[in-house]
Amino acid sequence: MVEIDIRKRLRDFTLAMALRANNGITALFGRSGVGKSMTLTCVAGLATPDAGRIAVNGHTFFDSDSGVNLRPQERRVGYVTQDYLLFPHLTVWQNVAFGLINQTRAEQDRIVQEALAWLELESLADQRPGKLSGGQQQRVALARALVIRPQVLLLDEPFSALDSPTRLRLRQDLLRLRQELNVPVLFVTHDLAEALLLADQMAVIDNGRLLQLDAPERIRERPANPLVAELVGVASKP
Amino acid sequence: MTLDFAPLWLSLRVSLLATLLVALVGIPLAWLLARRQFWGRELLNGLASLPLVLPPTVLGYYLLVVLGQQSPVGRWLNEMGWPLVFTWRGAVVAASVAAFPLLVATARAGFESVDRRLEDIARTLGRSELDIFWRVTLPLAWPSLLAATALTFARALGDFGATLMVAGNIPGRTQTAAIYIYDLLQANRRDEAGLMALIVTGLALLLFIVSQSLTRRVLRL
Repeated sequence: MVEIDIRKRLRDFTLAMALRANNGITALFGRSGVGKSMTLTCVAGLATPDAGRIAVNGHTFFDSDSGVNLRPQERRVGYVTQDYLLFPHLTVWQNVAFGLINQTRAEQDRIVQEALAWLELESLADQRPGKLSGGQQQRVALARALVIRPQVLLLDEPFSALDSPTRLRLRQDLLRLRQELNVPVLFVTHDLAEALLLADQMAVIDNGRLLQLDAPERIRERPANPLVAELVGVASKP
Repeated sequence: MTLDFAPLWLSLRVSLLATLLVALVGIPLAWLLARRQFWGRELLNGLASLPLVLPPTVLGYYLLVVLGQQSPVGRWLNEMGWPLVFTWRGAVVAASVAAFPLLVATARAGFESVDRRLEDIARTLGRSELDIFWRVTLPLAWPSLLAATALTFARALGDFGATLMVAGNIPGRTQTAAIYIYDLLQANRRDEAGLMALIVTGLALLLFIVSQSLTRRVLRL
Protein backbone atom coordinates (compact mmCIF):
# COMPACT_ATOMS: atom_id res chain seq x y z
CA MET A 1 0.00 0.00 0.00
CA VAL A 2 1.17 3.53 -0.80
CA GLU A 3 0.25 6.31 1.60
CA ILE A 4 0.83 9.84 0.40
CA ASP A 5 -0.01 12.99 2.29
CA ILE A 6 2.20 15.81 1.11
CA ARG A 7 2.33 19.52 0.47
CA LYS A 8 4.66 21.18 -1.99
CA ARG A 9 4.60 24.70 -3.29
CA LEU A 10 5.03 24.81 -7.04
CA ARG A 11 5.25 27.81 -9.31
CA ASP A 12 1.60 27.97 -10.33
CA PHE A 13 -0.17 26.20 -7.48
CA THR A 14 0.38 24.26 -4.28
CA LEU A 15 0.38 20.52 -4.49
CA ALA A 16 -1.61 19.18 -1.54
CA MET A 17 -2.01 15.51 -2.25
CA ALA A 18 -3.52 12.96 0.11
CA LEU A 19 -3.87 9.55 -1.45
CA ARG A 20 -3.88 5.88 -0.45
CA ALA A 21 -3.27 3.31 -3.14
CA ASN A 22 -3.57 -0.45 -2.68
CA ASN A 23 -1.92 -3.15 -4.74
CA GLY A 24 -3.18 -3.09 -8.28
CA ILE A 25 -3.26 -0.16 -10.65
CA THR A 26 -4.18 3.29 -9.40
CA ALA A 27 -4.61 5.76 -12.22
CA LEU A 28 -3.69 9.33 -11.33
CA PHE A 29 -5.97 11.01 -13.79
CA GLY A 30 -6.30 14.68 -14.62
CA ARG A 31 -5.34 17.40 -17.05
CA SER A 32 -1.70 18.22 -17.81
CA GLY A 33 0.22 20.19 -15.23
CA VAL A 34 -1.97 19.57 -12.19
CA GLY A 35 0.68 17.83 -10.08
CA LYS A 36 0.29 14.18 -11.07
CA SER A 37 3.87 13.73 -12.22
CA MET A 38 5.23 15.78 -9.33
CA THR A 39 3.49 13.39 -6.96
CA LEU A 40 5.36 10.46 -8.54
CA THR A 41 8.63 12.39 -8.45
CA CYS A 42 8.16 12.90 -4.71
CA VAL A 43 7.44 9.19 -4.16
CA ALA A 44 10.60 8.31 -6.10
CA GLY A 45 12.62 10.72 -3.95
CA LEU A 46 13.70 12.84 -6.91
CA ALA A 47 11.86 15.86 -5.48
CA THR A 48 11.26 16.72 -1.85
CA PRO A 49 7.87 17.82 -0.52
CA ASP A 50 7.76 20.86 1.76
CA ALA A 51 5.90 18.85 4.36
CA GLY A 52 4.00 15.63 4.91
CA ARG A 53 4.56 11.91 4.76
CA ILE A 54 5.08 9.19 2.17
CA ALA A 55 5.10 5.51 3.09
CA VAL A 56 5.09 2.34 1.01
CA ASN A 57 4.04 -0.97 2.62
CA GLY A 58 4.52 0.62 6.04
CA HIS A 59 8.07 1.65 5.12
CA THR A 60 8.46 5.43 5.62
CA PHE A 61 10.11 7.12 2.64
CA PHE A 62 9.54 10.67 3.79
CA ASP A 63 8.24 12.21 6.98
CA SER A 64 8.80 15.88 7.63
CA ASP A 65 7.79 15.51 11.32
CA SER A 66 10.50 12.99 12.13
CA GLY A 67 12.95 14.30 9.53
CA VAL A 68 12.98 11.09 7.48
CA ASN A 69 13.88 11.54 3.81
CA LEU A 70 15.27 8.42 2.19
CA ARG A 71 17.49 8.88 -0.83
CA PRO A 72 16.07 7.52 -4.11
CA GLN A 73 18.68 4.75 -3.87
CA GLU A 74 17.10 3.53 -0.62
CA ARG A 75 13.49 3.53 -1.82
CA ARG A 76 13.51 0.73 -4.41
CA VAL A 77 10.88 2.18 -6.70
CA GLY A 78 10.41 1.26 -10.34
CA TYR A 79 10.14 4.51 -12.26
CA VAL A 80 9.16 4.60 -15.93
CA THR A 81 8.55 7.81 -17.89
CA GLN A 82 7.02 8.84 -21.18
CA ASP A 83 10.38 9.23 -22.94
CA TYR A 84 11.83 5.91 -21.70
CA LEU A 85 15.16 7.43 -20.55
CA LEU A 86 17.25 4.45 -21.53
CA PHE A 87 21.01 4.84 -21.22
CA PRO A 88 21.95 5.47 -24.85
CA HIS A 89 25.52 4.20 -24.48
CA LEU A 90 24.49 0.82 -23.04
CA THR A 91 22.96 -2.20 -24.73
CA VAL A 92 19.45 -3.42 -23.91
CA TRP A 93 20.97 -6.11 -21.71
CA GLN A 94 23.16 -3.60 -19.84
CA ASN A 95 20.23 -1.23 -19.42
CA VAL A 96 18.08 -3.91 -17.84
CA ALA A 97 20.94 -5.09 -15.62
CA PHE A 98 21.79 -1.53 -14.48
CA GLY A 99 19.90 -1.77 -11.19
CA LEU A 100 21.27 -5.22 -10.26
CA ILE A 101 24.09 -4.33 -7.95
CA ASN A 102 24.39 -6.96 -5.23
CA GLN A 103 23.74 -10.04 -7.33
CA THR A 104 26.41 -12.35 -8.69
CA ARG A 105 27.01 -12.36 -12.40
CA ALA A 106 25.12 -15.65 -12.79
CA GLU A 107 22.11 -14.30 -10.89
CA GLN A 108 22.15 -11.14 -12.97
CA ASP A 109 22.17 -13.20 -16.16
CA ARG A 110 19.23 -15.26 -14.99
CA ILE A 111 17.15 -12.25 -13.85
CA VAL A 112 17.80 -10.20 -16.98
CA GLN A 113 17.16 -13.21 -19.21
CA GLU A 114 13.85 -13.84 -17.49
CA ALA A 115 12.74 -10.20 -17.79
CA LEU A 116 13.74 -10.00 -21.45
CA ALA A 117 11.86 -13.22 -22.18
CA TRP A 118 8.79 -12.02 -20.35
CA LEU A 119 8.66 -8.85 -22.46
CA GLU A 120 9.79 -10.60 -25.66
CA LEU A 121 12.98 -8.60 -25.94
CA GLU A 122 15.54 -11.43 -26.09
CA SER A 123 16.47 -10.87 -29.71
CA LEU A 124 17.31 -7.23 -28.95
CA ALA A 125 19.63 -7.89 -25.99
CA ASP A 126 22.76 -6.63 -27.74
CA GLN A 127 21.19 -3.61 -29.45
CA ARG A 128 21.62 -0.01 -28.38
CA PRO A 129 18.38 1.85 -27.53
CA GLY A 130 18.81 4.17 -30.51
CA LYS A 131 18.06 1.27 -32.85
CA LEU A 132 14.77 0.33 -31.17
CA SER A 133 11.20 1.44 -31.81
CA GLY A 134 9.36 3.44 -29.17
CA GLY A 135 7.39 0.42 -28.01
CA GLN A 136 10.52 -1.69 -27.71
CA GLN A 137 12.29 1.06 -25.79
CA GLN A 138 9.40 1.33 -23.38
CA ARG A 139 9.41 -2.42 -22.78
CA VAL A 140 13.13 -2.21 -22.02
CA ALA A 141 12.43 0.62 -19.57
CA LEU A 142 9.75 -1.50 -17.94
CA ALA A 143 12.09 -4.50 -17.70
CA ARG A 144 14.78 -2.30 -16.17
CA ALA A 145 12.35 -1.06 -13.52
CA LEU A 146 10.98 -4.54 -12.76
CA VAL A 147 14.22 -6.45 -12.21
CA ILE A 148 14.99 -4.50 -9.04
CA ARG A 149 11.80 -5.98 -7.51
CA PRO A 150 10.35 -2.56 -6.74
CA GLN A 151 8.13 -1.93 -3.74
CA VAL A 152 6.00 0.33 -5.91
CA LEU A 153 5.86 0.86 -9.64
CA LEU A 154 5.59 4.49 -10.85
CA LEU A 155 4.49 4.93 -14.45
CA ASP A 156 4.43 8.51 -15.70
CA GLU A 157 2.40 8.72 -18.93
CA PRO A 158 4.27 5.62 -20.06
CA PHE A 159 2.36 5.09 -23.29
CA SER A 160 1.66 8.66 -24.39
CA ALA A 161 4.49 8.85 -26.92
CA LEU A 162 3.48 5.59 -28.65
CA ASP A 163 1.23 5.00 -31.64
CA SER A 164 -2.02 3.29 -30.82
CA PRO A 165 -1.30 -0.35 -31.84
CA THR A 166 1.89 -0.21 -29.77
CA ARG A 167 -0.03 1.37 -26.92
CA LEU A 168 -2.58 -1.46 -26.98
CA ARG A 169 0.20 -4.02 -26.84
CA LEU A 170 1.84 -2.31 -23.85
CA ARG A 171 -1.46 -2.00 -22.02
CA GLN A 172 -1.81 -5.77 -22.41
CA ASP A 173 1.69 -6.16 -20.98
CA LEU A 174 0.76 -4.00 -18.03
CA LEU A 175 -2.41 -5.96 -17.31
CA ARG A 176 -0.43 -9.20 -17.56
CA LEU A 177 2.08 -7.69 -15.16
CA ARG A 178 -0.60 -6.80 -12.63
CA GLN A 179 -1.51 -10.48 -12.38
CA GLU A 180 2.05 -11.49 -11.53
CA LEU A 181 3.40 -8.55 -9.62
CA ASN A 182 1.83 -7.94 -6.27
CA VAL A 183 2.79 -4.29 -5.78
CA PRO A 184 0.96 -0.99 -6.01
CA VAL A 185 1.21 0.66 -9.42
CA LEU A 186 0.74 4.43 -9.66
CA PHE A 187 -0.11 5.22 -13.23
CA VAL A 188 -0.21 8.85 -14.34
CA THR A 189 -2.36 9.55 -17.38
CA HIS A 190 -4.41 12.33 -18.94
CA ASP A 191 -6.14 9.83 -21.25
CA LEU A 192 -9.60 8.99 -19.89
CA ALA A 193 -10.05 5.82 -21.96
CA GLU A 194 -6.70 4.54 -20.74
CA ALA A 195 -7.54 5.29 -17.12
CA LEU A 196 -10.92 3.56 -17.41
CA LEU A 197 -9.39 0.54 -19.11
CA LEU A 198 -6.46 -0.07 -16.81
CA ALA A 199 -7.31 1.28 -13.41
CA ASP A 200 -8.47 -0.73 -10.42
CA GLN A 201 -8.97 2.57 -8.74
CA MET A 202 -8.86 6.03 -10.15
CA ALA A 203 -7.64 9.21 -8.47
CA VAL A 204 -9.10 12.27 -10.16
CA ILE A 205 -6.75 15.18 -9.65
CA ASP A 206 -7.02 18.85 -10.43
CA ASN A 207 -4.99 21.88 -9.42
CA GLY A 208 -2.74 19.93 -7.06
CA ARG A 209 -5.58 18.23 -5.16
CA LEU A 210 -7.28 14.87 -5.10
CA LEU A 211 -10.92 15.37 -6.05
CA GLN A 212 -12.14 11.79 -5.85
CA LEU A 213 -10.67 8.32 -5.34
CA ASP A 214 -12.68 5.24 -6.20
CA ALA A 215 -13.20 2.49 -8.74
CA PRO A 216 -13.55 4.08 -12.20
CA GLU A 217 -17.11 2.87 -12.76
CA ARG A 218 -18.20 4.20 -9.34
CA ILE A 219 -16.67 7.60 -10.12
CA ARG A 220 -18.57 7.67 -13.40
CA GLU A 221 -21.79 6.70 -11.62
CA ARG A 222 -21.37 9.10 -8.75
CA PRO A 223 -18.95 11.93 -9.50
CA ALA A 224 -18.20 13.89 -6.34
CA ASN A 225 -18.77 17.26 -7.97
CA PRO A 226 -19.41 18.87 -11.37
CA LEU A 227 -15.69 19.23 -12.10
CA VAL A 228 -15.09 15.49 -11.62
CA ALA A 229 -18.13 14.78 -13.78
CA GLU A 230 -16.70 16.97 -16.51
CA LEU A 231 -13.23 15.40 -16.26
CA VAL A 232 -14.54 11.82 -16.45
CA GLY A 233 -16.93 12.69 -19.25
CA VAL A 234 -20.32 12.27 -17.63
CA ALA A 235 -23.10 14.75 -16.92
CA SER A 236 -23.32 15.59 -13.23
CA LYS A 237 -26.58 14.88 -11.51
CA PRO A 238 -28.14 17.84 -9.81
CA MET B 1 66.26 29.73 -45.38
CA THR B 2 67.08 28.15 -42.04
CA LEU B 3 64.09 27.32 -39.96
CA ASP B 4 64.70 26.37 -36.34
CA PHE B 5 62.26 23.64 -35.26
CA ALA B 6 63.17 23.78 -31.58
CA PRO B 7 60.45 26.38 -30.83
CA LEU B 8 57.84 24.09 -32.39
CA TRP B 9 58.88 21.11 -30.26
CA LEU B 10 58.94 23.32 -27.19
CA SER B 11 55.45 24.57 -28.04
CA LEU B 12 54.15 21.03 -28.42
CA ARG B 13 55.70 19.94 -25.14
CA VAL B 14 54.46 23.01 -23.27
CA SER B 15 50.95 22.67 -24.73
CA LEU B 16 50.74 18.97 -23.93
CA LEU B 17 51.69 19.53 -20.29
CA ALA B 18 49.41 22.56 -20.04
CA THR B 19 46.51 20.55 -21.48
CA LEU B 20 47.04 17.75 -18.97
CA LEU B 21 47.21 20.22 -16.11
CA VAL B 22 44.14 22.13 -17.23
CA ALA B 23 42.11 18.95 -17.85
CA LEU B 24 42.99 17.59 -14.43
CA VAL B 25 41.80 20.73 -12.64
CA GLY B 26 39.23 21.98 -15.12
CA ILE B 27 37.13 18.87 -15.75
CA PRO B 28 36.20 18.35 -12.09
CA LEU B 29 35.50 22.09 -11.82
CA ALA B 30 33.32 21.95 -14.94
CA TRP B 31 31.33 19.06 -13.43
CA LEU B 32 30.89 21.01 -10.20
CA LEU B 33 29.64 24.06 -12.09
CA ALA B 34 27.31 21.95 -14.23
CA ARG B 35 25.84 19.72 -11.55
CA ARG B 36 26.08 21.20 -8.06
CA GLN B 37 24.33 24.18 -6.53
CA PHE B 38 26.53 25.98 -4.04
CA TRP B 39 27.16 29.45 -2.74
CA GLY B 40 29.53 31.44 -4.93
CA ARG B 41 29.09 29.19 -7.97
CA GLU B 42 28.75 32.05 -10.44
CA LEU B 43 31.66 33.87 -8.80
CA LEU B 44 33.80 30.79 -9.28
CA ASN B 45 32.63 30.51 -12.87
CA GLY B 46 33.52 34.19 -13.38
CA LEU B 47 37.00 33.72 -11.93
CA ALA B 48 37.58 30.65 -14.10
CA SER B 49 36.49 32.59 -17.19
CA LEU B 50 38.45 35.76 -16.43
CA PRO B 51 41.57 34.88 -18.47
CA LEU B 52 39.32 34.83 -21.53
CA VAL B 53 38.52 38.53 -21.27
CA LEU B 54 41.63 39.97 -19.60
CA PRO B 55 44.35 41.45 -21.80
CA PRO B 56 47.25 38.97 -21.96
CA THR B 57 49.52 41.58 -20.38
CA VAL B 58 47.26 41.85 -17.36
CA LEU B 59 47.22 38.07 -17.08
CA GLY B 60 51.00 37.99 -17.36
CA TYR B 61 51.29 40.73 -14.75
CA TYR B 62 49.18 38.79 -12.25
CA LEU B 63 51.17 35.63 -12.87
CA LEU B 64 54.41 37.51 -12.25
CA VAL B 65 52.99 38.98 -9.04
CA VAL B 66 51.83 35.57 -7.79
CA LEU B 67 54.73 33.43 -9.02
CA GLY B 68 57.66 35.87 -9.19
CA GLN B 69 60.72 35.97 -6.91
CA GLN B 70 59.05 38.51 -4.62
CA SER B 71 56.08 36.32 -3.76
CA PRO B 72 56.04 33.53 -1.14
CA VAL B 73 54.93 31.09 -3.82
CA GLY B 74 57.76 32.15 -6.10
CA ARG B 75 60.33 31.85 -3.30
CA TRP B 76 59.04 28.40 -2.39
CA LEU B 77 59.21 27.27 -6.03
CA ASN B 78 62.76 28.60 -6.21
CA GLU B 79 63.78 26.64 -3.12
CA MET B 80 62.22 23.49 -4.57
CA GLY B 81 64.33 24.04 -7.68
CA TRP B 82 61.33 24.75 -9.95
CA PRO B 83 61.57 28.45 -10.74
CA LEU B 84 58.84 29.52 -13.12
CA VAL B 85 59.81 32.96 -14.28
CA PHE B 86 61.90 32.86 -17.46
CA THR B 87 61.76 29.07 -17.64
CA TRP B 88 59.80 26.65 -19.83
CA ARG B 89 57.74 25.75 -16.74
CA GLY B 90 56.56 29.35 -16.68
CA ALA B 91 55.41 28.89 -20.27
CA VAL B 92 53.38 25.86 -19.16
CA VAL B 93 51.72 27.88 -16.40
CA ALA B 94 51.01 30.84 -18.70
CA ALA B 95 49.53 28.61 -21.42
CA SER B 96 47.49 26.72 -18.81
CA VAL B 97 45.94 29.83 -17.35
CA ALA B 98 45.20 31.25 -20.79
CA ALA B 99 43.55 28.02 -21.97
CA PHE B 100 41.71 27.23 -18.73
CA PRO B 101 38.46 29.15 -19.47
CA LEU B 102 38.03 27.43 -22.82
CA LEU B 103 38.24 24.00 -21.24
CA VAL B 104 35.91 24.82 -18.36
CA ALA B 105 33.27 26.37 -20.61
CA THR B 106 33.35 23.52 -23.16
CA ALA B 107 33.49 20.73 -20.60
CA ARG B 108 30.71 22.36 -18.58
CA ALA B 109 28.52 22.49 -21.67
CA GLY B 110 29.38 18.83 -22.25
CA PHE B 111 28.26 17.83 -18.76
CA GLU B 112 25.14 19.98 -19.07
CA SER B 113 24.23 18.24 -22.32
CA VAL B 114 23.83 14.97 -20.39
CA ASP B 115 20.15 14.58 -19.50
CA ARG B 116 19.89 14.89 -15.73
CA ARG B 117 16.92 12.60 -15.76
CA LEU B 118 19.20 9.74 -16.84
CA GLU B 119 21.13 10.36 -13.64
CA ASP B 120 17.82 10.41 -11.74
CA ILE B 121 16.80 7.06 -13.24
CA ALA B 122 20.16 5.65 -12.18
CA ARG B 123 19.43 6.88 -8.63
CA THR B 124 16.08 5.08 -8.55
CA LEU B 125 17.95 1.98 -9.71
CA GLY B 126 20.08 2.16 -6.58
CA ARG B 127 23.35 3.41 -8.04
CA SER B 128 25.62 5.58 -5.87
CA GLU B 129 26.54 9.11 -6.96
CA LEU B 130 30.09 7.99 -7.75
CA ASP B 131 28.80 5.08 -9.82
CA ILE B 132 26.48 7.43 -11.70
CA PHE B 133 29.37 9.73 -12.53
CA TRP B 134 31.53 6.90 -13.89
CA ARG B 135 28.81 4.89 -15.62
CA VAL B 136 26.39 7.53 -16.89
CA THR B 137 27.66 11.11 -16.82
CA LEU B 138 31.26 10.55 -17.87
CA PRO B 139 30.63 8.12 -20.76
CA LEU B 140 27.93 10.39 -22.16
CA ALA B 141 30.02 13.56 -21.75
CA TRP B 142 33.20 11.85 -22.93
CA PRO B 143 33.23 13.04 -26.58
CA SER B 144 32.59 16.61 -25.38
CA LEU B 145 35.44 16.34 -22.91
CA LEU B 146 37.80 15.11 -25.64
CA ALA B 147 36.66 17.96 -27.85
CA ALA B 148 37.26 20.40 -25.00
CA THR B 149 40.74 18.96 -24.52
CA ALA B 150 41.60 19.30 -28.21
CA LEU B 151 40.50 22.94 -28.17
CA THR B 152 42.50 23.54 -25.01
CA PHE B 153 45.60 22.13 -26.67
CA ALA B 154 45.10 24.42 -29.66
CA ARG B 155 44.62 27.44 -27.43
CA ALA B 156 47.71 26.60 -25.37
CA LEU B 157 49.71 26.22 -28.58
CA GLY B 158 48.70 29.71 -29.65
CA ASP B 159 49.43 31.61 -26.48
CA PHE B 160 51.67 34.61 -26.96
CA GLY B 161 51.25 37.49 -24.50
CA ALA B 162 51.13 35.77 -21.14
CA THR B 163 53.88 33.33 -22.16
CA LEU B 164 56.13 36.19 -23.27
CA MET B 165 55.69 38.01 -19.97
CA VAL B 166 56.20 35.02 -17.69
CA ALA B 167 58.67 32.84 -19.61
CA GLY B 168 60.30 35.49 -21.75
CA ASN B 169 61.85 34.92 -25.15
CA ILE B 170 65.04 32.94 -24.65
CA PRO B 171 65.91 31.09 -27.88
CA GLY B 172 66.35 27.39 -27.24
CA ARG B 173 64.87 27.65 -23.73
CA THR B 174 61.58 29.52 -23.60
CA GLN B 175 61.02 30.60 -27.17
CA THR B 176 57.75 28.98 -28.32
CA ALA B 177 56.56 28.81 -31.92
CA ALA B 178 54.21 31.77 -31.53
CA ILE B 179 57.00 33.96 -30.18
CA TYR B 180 59.50 32.65 -32.72
CA ILE B 181 57.21 33.79 -35.54
CA TYR B 182 57.14 37.27 -34.05
CA ASP B 183 60.95 37.27 -33.83
CA LEU B 184 61.30 36.09 -37.43
CA LEU B 185 59.08 38.90 -38.63
CA GLN B 186 61.00 41.44 -36.58
CA ALA B 187 64.17 40.20 -38.24
CA ASN B 188 62.46 40.51 -41.63
CA ARG B 189 62.79 36.77 -42.27
CA ARG B 190 59.38 36.62 -43.93
CA ASP B 191 59.72 33.25 -45.66
CA GLU B 192 60.59 31.44 -42.45
CA ALA B 193 57.85 33.26 -40.55
CA GLY B 194 55.38 32.28 -43.24
CA LEU B 195 56.38 28.62 -43.12
CA MET B 196 56.18 28.44 -39.35
CA ALA B 197 52.82 30.22 -39.44
CA LEU B 198 51.60 27.66 -41.95
CA ILE B 199 52.69 24.75 -39.74
CA VAL B 200 51.00 26.21 -36.67
CA THR B 201 47.85 26.95 -38.70
CA GLY B 202 47.72 23.38 -40.02
CA LEU B 203 48.09 21.98 -36.52
CA ALA B 204 45.41 24.25 -35.09
CA LEU B 205 43.04 23.47 -37.95
CA LEU B 206 43.53 19.75 -37.42
CA LEU B 207 42.77 20.07 -33.72
CA PHE B 208 39.70 22.14 -34.46
CA ILE B 209 38.36 19.58 -36.94
CA VAL B 210 38.96 16.76 -34.44
CA SER B 211 37.14 18.75 -31.80
CA GLN B 212 34.18 19.50 -34.08
CA SER B 213 33.74 15.91 -35.19
CA LEU B 214 33.77 14.78 -31.56
CA THR B 215 31.10 17.34 -30.72
CA ARG B 216 28.96 16.06 -33.58
CA ARG B 217 29.28 12.53 -32.21
CA VAL B 218 27.62 13.71 -29.01
CA LEU B 219 24.73 15.21 -30.92
CA ARG B 220 24.18 11.96 -32.81
CA LEU B 221 24.15 9.65 -29.80
